[in-house]
Amino acid sequence: MTAGVSRREFFVVAIGAAGAVLQDTTSVGQVYDPERAGRAQAPVTAADNDKNVQALEKRLRCSCGCGLDIYTCRTTDFTCTYSPALHKQVLAMLGDGKSAQEVIDAFVAQYGQVALMSLPRRGFNLLGYFVPGVALLVAALGLVWMLKRWTRESGAAAPVMPAAPPDASPAELEQLRRELDRLPG
Amino acid sequence: MTLLGYFSLWLALVVGLWGAITGFVGGAQGRADLQQSARHATFALFGALLIAVISLEVAIFRHDFSVQYVASRTSRNLPTFYLWSALYSGQEGSLLFWAAVLSLFAALTQLLTGGRYRAYLPYVAAVTSLVTTFFVSVMLFAANPFQRLAFTPMDGQGMNPQLQNPGMVFHPPMLYLGYISITIPFAFAIAALLTKKLDTEWMVAVRKWTIVSWLFLSIGLLIGMWWAYVELGWGGYWAWDPVENAALLPWLVMTAYLHSVMIQEKRGMLKKWNLALILGAWVLSIFGTFLTRSGVIASVHSFTESPVGYYFLFFLVAATTATTILYVIRLPLLQAEATLESMVSREASFLFNNLLLIGLAFSVLWGTLFPIISEAVMGVKITYGPPTFNFVNIPLGMTLLLLTGIGPLIAWRRASTANLKRQFAVPVTTGVFALLILLVAGMRDRWALLAFSIGAFVVGTVVQEFARGARARNRQYGEALPLAVLQLLSRNRRRYGGYIVHIGIVLLFVGFAGMAFKTETEATLRPGESAQLRGRDGHVYTFTHLGISQYNALNRQVTAALLDVRRDGKDIGRLRTEKRQHVDALGNRTFEPSTEVGIMSGLRVDLYVVLAGLVNGTEQAVFRFTINPLVWWVWFGGFVLVIGGLIVLWPGGAPVAVKGSPASGVQAGYAVKLEAER
Repeated sequence: MTAGVSRREFFVVAIGAAGAVLQDTTSVGQVYDPERAGRAQAPVTAADNDKNVQALEKRLRCSCGCGLDIYTCRTTDFTCTYSPALHKQVLAMLGDGKSAQEVIDAFVAQYGQVALMSLPRRGFNLLGYFVPGVALLVAALGLVWMLKRWTRESGAAAPVMPAAPPDASPAELEQLRRELDRLPG
Repeated sequence: MTLLGYFSLWLALVVGLWGAITGFVGGAQGRADLQQSARHATFALFGALLIAVISLEVAIFRHDFSVQYVASRTSRNLPTFYLWSALYSGQEGSLLFWAAVLSLFAALTQLLTGGRYRAYLPYVAAVTSLVTTFFVSVMLFAANPFQRLAFTPMDGQGMNPQLQNPGMVFHPPMLYLGYISITIPFAFAIAALLTKKLDTEWMVAVRKWTIVSWLFLSIGLLIGMWWAYVELGWGGYWAWDPVENAALLPWLVMTAYLHSVMIQEKRGMLKKWNLALILGAWVLSIFGTFLTRSGVIASVHSFTESPVGYYFLFFLVAATTATTILYVIRLPLLQAEATLESMVSREASFLFNNLLLIGLAFSVLWGTLFPIISEAVMGVKITYGPPTFNFVNIPLGMTLLLLTGIGPLIAWRRASTANLKRQFAVPVTTGVFALLILLVAGMRDRWALLAFSIGAFVVGTVVQEFARGARARNRQYGEALPLAVLQLLSRNRRRYGGYIVHIGIVLLFVGFAGMAFKTETEATLRPGESAQLRGRDGHVYTFTHLGISQYNALNRQVTAALLDVRRDGKDIGRLRTEKRQHVDALGNRTFEPSTEVGIMSGLRVDLYVVLAGLVNGTEQAVFRFTINPLVWWVWFGGFVLVIGGLIVLWPGGAPVAVKGSPASGVQAGYAVKLEAER
């Protein structure tokens, strides 16, 4: 033993190191065939799990063609090579001090509007948002106008009709149906 | 055998053309011999296509890898269960499946349709034969399922792992059955237009077919959602994918029809509208097929990648043009027998319900097509993703849910103020009460609040309808309330079965709203380590990684992770999630490893665990943990919806059409026959 290190200290360090190695090999042993489990994964970091990063990545589309956002794709399709790369790009930009909006702007500048999961509400895209609603509104107004016309025609054609049919209970209605059913023809 | 299948396709083409020609000519000239020939052609067409299907199935089960379709979709070690589904797992096979089922439905229609509708049948045979012939011609000229390879490989490429799921065995055929069966009502509608017999008769003839179609579409959509949830691993069941949307469109239109047809049956109104809905539903079913098979959705530029797309586009344009012209020509004959008497009536509420359903269908179609429109008009590729779909469609869905509760509360013809007050009191109170409870409980998500409170309102409506009907029977016949409820269901299946469908819809919305409270996290765990996640149900769930095991199964090499699950420290079971590397019979790896999700399903939450992979080939594994609230209610709601649909469909007990309407030959309305009176 060299001077300065007592035998006791040496054994304590050696046992500690052996314990650490044994601990490591028993808890994370190698699997029989790693390739069966697909691409090796890197341990999850705090940044991967950061809610703000996740929220940001849910606004950006993966470019692999899956139609999913970056976060969902990278945590779902583990064969995709695009979403992990895009995730790294997001983290790098955030690491450079960019805000979420600046990251989004950078993605749009690089990949175009297709990189956004949600259609930007401007220009031609407004048609994408509001045509169904406007069409439905116009159709509803048209329907109301048509219904009013029909009810007017109905009133003119049958002025002697009672204002409203008497309220009948289900039992009375069933009785009525039975009577009608007995009618010949 | 495959040669026989190929020849039977050619035979089907000839027979189909013959059936179409003889049907149209025989119908127009009133020639009984041609009409009979057209009828026989539908049977022969079915026979020829059945031989083709059997030939392909034999090739699949014999592992005849000289056939391209068999080699590219199956392998020797593919489980038998999935050999069956290989028939429709690819483009060519699914076209054959489609044509064969349509020919079966066409033959059944000719066999089962009573003599009363004989005038329509030649045209029905012509239309079904023509549509079948189109599918056969696509197979023969663009997507031949019997195409041979220049060499015979030792083994096939196998089936895509994502299709090796029970959901995928049942989802496509159910959806196809829904799509295909729309052709029968469509054929009757065309027959009605051609014969000018445009009263309610054709609708009575197709009543069952329309419900069958709606039911199959519903089941197909639900199983598709379930498959996406358990197989794809992203933790949801609806992503507004173009293929999903394409299936939703005809479902929405058929739902609109099933409501508005009641107005025509009861009041003789909306003849134009109902015809248009049936024609539109069929066109949308072909349009959906075009969208999903042409590749046009991915990009306008990818359209040319699939020659099948051209065939479908041509057929779609030709069929839509011909149908529209015929419809417009006949419009003057489609006059209502009655008019609306009041804006506050069941008829008016059904019209608004129809407006919303069609508006929703248009909105989904618009969102699906908008990327193409944007690229074509502005030259800009954009994504019309789930956030945009939700923004546009959730308000429409909520309004529709509200109308589901309002419609049954309003009387036919005209509702008085007193009637409205009496009808709305209980349901509105139920809805408001539910809203207050949720607010007090701390729920703040506005859409979830709306979904739950409107859902409570609709449940209030349905319960009130059942309670009143049952009490009436109790008073009149002295039946105990449970028996009275059963009798109500039995005597008027369409009405009360429809209410059960409404309950199913409410449950579905409750499940959808639950997704607003999803929580998730990722974690890297060594064996023995745990991750915790707090659910929005207030419980803390602890997942402990127990270890990784690897073993071989029939056609795959499995890497499985086992996790111990605790809720607030109490053991509630174990979850297992896998990576599967599929191999062929020779042990060659065929696809990229796929993921099998571990799911623990409960009334309140689903625990959803995905094994992302291993760290450096060790047992240290990366997991994604998700807590999905109320997903069980989606499946249960779907089950209730299907049960309601089956009750409506079940023979007997339904309202029966009565002969003798002076206006049309068929009464615009229906009567109820009680068993005791028969």
